[in-house]
Amino acid sequence: MKVLLVDDEKEFVSALAERLSFRSVDADWAVSGEAALKMAEETHYDLAVLDVKMPGLGGIELRKQLHGMHPHMKFIFLTGHGSQEDFKVGSEEAAFYLAKPLKIEDLIHKIKETLNL
Amino acid sequence: MSAKVGDILRTIRPRWVALYRPSFWVDRARRYCYIWALSIALLAVVSLVPLTLMVTYVYQSSEQAIYKENVLRILRLTSNTRRTVTSFFEQRLNALRFTVQVESYSYLKRSDHLAGVLKNLKYGFGRIVDLGVIDASGIQVAYTGPFELTGKDYSGQDWFKKTAEQGAYVSDVFLGYRGVPHMIVAVRWGNGQGEDFVLRATLDMEGLSEILHSLELSERSVSFIINRDGIIQTPSRRYGELLEKMCCIPMPEYSEHTEVFETGGEGGNPLMVGYAYIANSPFILLLVKEKSEIMQNWYGLRQNLIIFFLGSLVVIFLVCYVIPTYMIESLYAAEQTQARAIHRLEETARLASLGRLAAGVAHEINNPLAIINEKAGLIKDFITFKEEYKRDGRLEGLIDSVLESVERCGAVTKQLLGFARHTGVSVSTFPVRQVIADVLGFLEKEASYRNIALNLDIQDGLPPLVSDRGKLQQIFLNLINNAFQAVNDGGRIDIAAKTVDAERVAVSVSDNGCGISEENLQKIFDPFFSTKKGSGGTGLGLSITHGLVQRLGGQIAVASEIGKGTTFTVTLPIETKEVGDEGPTRG
Repeated sequence: MKVLLVDDEKEFVSALAERLSFRSVDADWAVSGEAALKMAEETHYDLAVLDVKMPGLGGIELRKQLHGMHPHMKFIFLTGHGSQEDFKVGSEEAAFYLAKPLKIEDLIHKIKETLNL
Repeated sequence: MSAKVGDILRTIRPRWVALYRPSFWVDRARRYCYIWALSIALLAVVSLVPLTLMVTYVYQSSEQAIYKENVLRILRLTSNTRRTVTSFFEQRLNALRFTVQVESYSYLKRSDHLAGVLKNLKYGFGRIVDLGVIDASGIQVAYTGPFELTGKDYSGQDWFKKTAEQGAYVSDVFLGYRGVPHMIVAVRWGNGQGEDFVLRATLDMEGLSEILHSLELSERSVSFIINRDGIIQTPSRRYGELLEKMCCIPMPEYSEHTEVFETGGEGGNPLMVGYAYIANSPFILLLVKEKSEIMQNWYGLRQNLIIFFLGSLVVIFLVCYVIPTYMIESLYAAEQTQARAIHRLEETARLASLGRLAAGVAHEINNPLAIINEKAGLIKDFITFKEEYKRDGRLEGLIDSVLESVERCGAVTKQLLGFARHTGVSVSTFPVRQVIADVLGFLEKEASYRNIALNLDIQDGLPPLVSDRGKLQQIFLNLINNAFQAVNDGGRIDIAAKTVDAERVAVSVSDNGCGISEENLQKIFDPFFSTKKGSGGTGLGLSITHGLVQRLGGQIAVASEIGKGTTFTVTLPIETKEVGDEGPTRG
């Protein structure tokens, strides 16, 4: 199981990846949509955890492109905003939607749920 | 169709009710009061002035027309009567003239001949009592009639002198030797040879009375004759005794024609007097009518006119009052509605910008908070998963404390974000008890500080709700918060939940606080209605609560008694289907 974490906050995403690794989740991370796309070209990920709002390529658009590349890839959205639009989009894309700051246990739970583990 | 009419009536009715107590008047909206008063005054003037002018004109012209017509009638009647009276005397004088022309003095001097003449005259003309022949020296040489007057000397009498002068004479009425009212007519005859004589006839008064009687005047009208000194010659009913001076009516001025004048009469009862001087006699014919009687037609007309005028006045005043009041009331209501809408818009805008600010701040804090969360979590992971970091047991305690604080901050930012968010209904299944527990979690500390007793009474076997938990939290948070504000320290708040029927659950929040007045109770769900405005209430809490309950397909009711407390009851469907659209509800 490979997980890709994408968030523009490097400190956040790196720490999160490390924490996941303690819990036997193999996670790579990227700080921009562009970097994430490049990584997804080389590696096959089962799941991507995307921040909705990022400079440049945002989470929603990134999800579309990743989905194009890997139709079986699953997604979880993260947001620090919780705006109405985010919520709607997040819900419509039939993916999970978590608000920052998040509890690691919740994330693990959602990852397992999404991948049907 | 009838529903439409009903709607219109419902819209109109409150404004009709406001007619006798217009709300702009109650609110002392000066501009409206001014326009109102001005429109009423203008309308009243514009409609009343022409009406008054018209009624006055009709009043005066009708009165004048009727008056003139009556004057004309009196003139005609008087004139006709004069002709009759004049011809009465003329006929008799002519009879005497005829007699002296055809019969000689010597023939007439004999009383038996004279009696024959009297008989013929009586037969031909009537009303002649006796006949006398007086010679030039004034001695009655022959007489025929009911008295014994032969040889009487009339030389000193006025009528004899006048007859001698004028050739013919009609006397006043007088009592004479006989003590009976009578009058005489006399003609002189002379051939210039010293054989002058006068033929005199006495007329009884019945003849004249009959003429005047034949006019068939009403009770209150009378026609009578006076002489030129104002002495009454025929019975006058109330204007004086026979042969006495006429009272109440001034002597009419001499005129050749028939005239009419108006006089005060007795007791201020105006009289219309028609009169005519009878030619070749001392008589004046009078026809007296009471003005009130002859103007009877006018009084009827006048009464109708006045009733019409007063009726119109009432209707006009009513219309002048009702129309401006109704229109200005509508205008005022429209302006009030507009003002409220603008106010609400401003409040909404204010709230929205506040929401954006809160969301912005929350977002900015959320990101660093997430980093702190992950870093601290990582440290904890190190301690948990790596042996070399486990040496100091205190570190784990410290990290837990940091994580707990981050969690608290996270709860705050989530609430702030939630403030700006109006998400659709997201349905999940949960027990009622859990929502109430969620809310009480926020308030338990305050309850214990203020020593408020919180009693929870949740019916056993209450089915779990399929509803929006977040919205229910907000609903009960608002209601329980209100209860907290209503009770004093040491007060009591009861929260009860039970089923209403198979499909609905009722949750009630009761307090034993200050209560709400009847008047405020009606406005309590209105947006921006607050009794706590001075102390920071926005007046939105219950409005939002009401909107939320409606959105979940439920109802909210309130019962309250001043000094005893208030109970809010929320009735909710056990299974919620979303009602209404997204976006802000009720402000």
